[in-house]
Amino acid sequence: MRATRYLIIGNGAAGATAAETIRRHDPDGDITILTAEPYPMYSRPGLAYVLINEIPAKQIFCRTLAWYDNLRLNLTLGKATQLDVVNRLVWLEDGRSLPYDRLLIATGARATSPPYPGHDLQGVVYLDTYDGTNDLIERSKRARRAVVVGGGITALEMTEGLAHRGVETHYFLRRDRLWSQVFNDEEARLLEKIMRAHHVHIHYNTEVSEIIGDRRGRVREVKLKDGSTFKCDLLGVAIGVKPLIDVVQNTPIQTDRAILVNEYLESSVPGVYAAGDCAQVYDRWTQQHMVDILWPSAVAEGAAAGLNMVGKRHAYVKGSPFNACLLFGLHITTMGQINPRRDDEEVEVVQHISRGSSEVWYTHPRTYRSAWAGDGENTIRLVINGDFLVGAIIIGEQRLADPLRYLIEQQVNIRHLRVDLEAGGETLKQSLLRFWQQIEPVSAAG
Amino acid sequence: MSMIRRLKNRLSGSTEEQPLKSLELGRVVADASRCVQCGVCGYNCPVGIPVRDYARQGLPVDNPACIACGNCVAVCPRGTLRWETGSHALVVERFARQVGSPEPGWED
Repeated sequence: MRATRYLIIGNGAAGATAAETIRRHDPDGDITILTAEPYPMYSRPGLAYVLINEIPAKQIFCRTLAWYDNLRLNLTLGKATQLDVVNRLVWLEDGRSLPYDRLLIATGARATSPPYPGHDLQGVVYLDTYDGTNDLIERSKRARRAVVVGGGITALEMTEGLAHRGVETHYFLRRDRLWSQVFNDEEARLLEKIMRAHHVHIHYNTEVSEIIGDRRGRVREVKLKDGSTFKCDLLGVAIGVKPLIDVVQNTPIQTDRAILVNEYLESSVPGVYAAGDCAQVYDRWTQQHMVDILWPSAVAEGAAAGLNMVGKRHAYVKGSPFNACLLFGLHITTMGQINPRRDDEEVEVVQHISRGSSEVWYTHPRTYRSAWAGDGENTIRLVINGDFLVGAIIIGEQRLADPLRYLIEQQVNIRHLRVDLEAGGETLKQSLLRFWQQIEPVSAAG
Repeated sequence: MSMIRRLKNRLSGSTEEQPLKSLELGRVVADASRCVQCGVCGYNCPVGIPVRDYARQGLPVDNPACIACGNCVAVCPRGTLRWETGSHALVVERFARQVGSPEPGWED
């Protein structure tokens, strides 16, 4: 029997993990990974740490070329442009075509470019590829003043990196709160204080309407919605991501915001799978298909797709939203459902944690309550629905992060904790620890 | 043999005795579901252990070269790595028995 031909478009978290999984179960399969970037797999989240100068750029390569050789993976440079699902062929930009028996589309996503004029000027920078990040770093060496736009983690990482590299950094926010889709006022103020100490200038209610270039096509200033202009030579943009799904255009493969897949990561066309940022997977927490822009999710989806591609039926079950990050030296973990808005604002909450996080839509019932406690740079906020913890955000000291994640994911009944919190009298942390001891036998007893 | 002695032996490259690290000194364990494979851990390892290769697979860093300095745990931006002592593993195990098994990969 002829060896099965597996073709994987994309060499990121989902693609490389799928290849590794396929090889584990099919020692004879012919596995090809098509990559549009001339590098072995690298850590996209790691780009932020390169920008901040925590690690040298080459450290983010998380597989060696020997790894591909050892697993007999054919790493091929090229850009897929069109898919022929009838003849099972992928056409490349350079005219070549690659045949497949099983195809995985793991093309990922790219930063969205700004919707206003001037986005093609030099100095409009993104933190989403190796080359883009190196460009950003090179330009930061000559830049005097940078503006960063975007409301999520990636924008904050960019402001941190640029400020750290000695560029006068201005952070523009359309509204009046930092990371407004996650933080409440207290949490936002806490990060704001730290950002100011890092010499980041924060401008609230400030929106760019146009980027203006000089004669050589480089960013010179930005025009704002209020009509004024603001001089800068760099514009960092992190306003969201766009799944790369051009390759499935003109095919019967169903898409929404990304490629729609079933619980086996298979698209509407048998034999064609999708995983990672370009896939829209079923989420049991919202009972909807969603794009899950997170590295660990892409790894898990890639592994599940690999199993299904070798014929082992394996249903992918998406975990509850979870993300941990480090911003300006502050550890921040978000998990489950977090509603930063006041109860009276709206019933339907659209929560869209921007780049580097899980993108979630939740209908937030009015019955949700939250408990918040802050102590200097350490805060904990719990979101409670009835007798269950549904979300939490932990800033600073992280010792309770894993226990809280456990309570959320395992849907542990927290009635005693809720009663304690409502009674007041002790701190949230004390109540939590006491609850923890109640469900955990003390070591002396065991 | 005292723990200090074992450490000294290890630092001087002596193979006199393999210490029971997991029981006495503890070891570094990883939660793969937090790992983004950035490599900050391995870059900060003074003895050059590719910590990321363990972390991404959720494996404990059972490398004989490990000097238990804790650098990788301290620098990980995602909270992937944790110092685990024998008694900690015991507590987690008891907790799991009480409220149900943790999902695979949640704890080592």
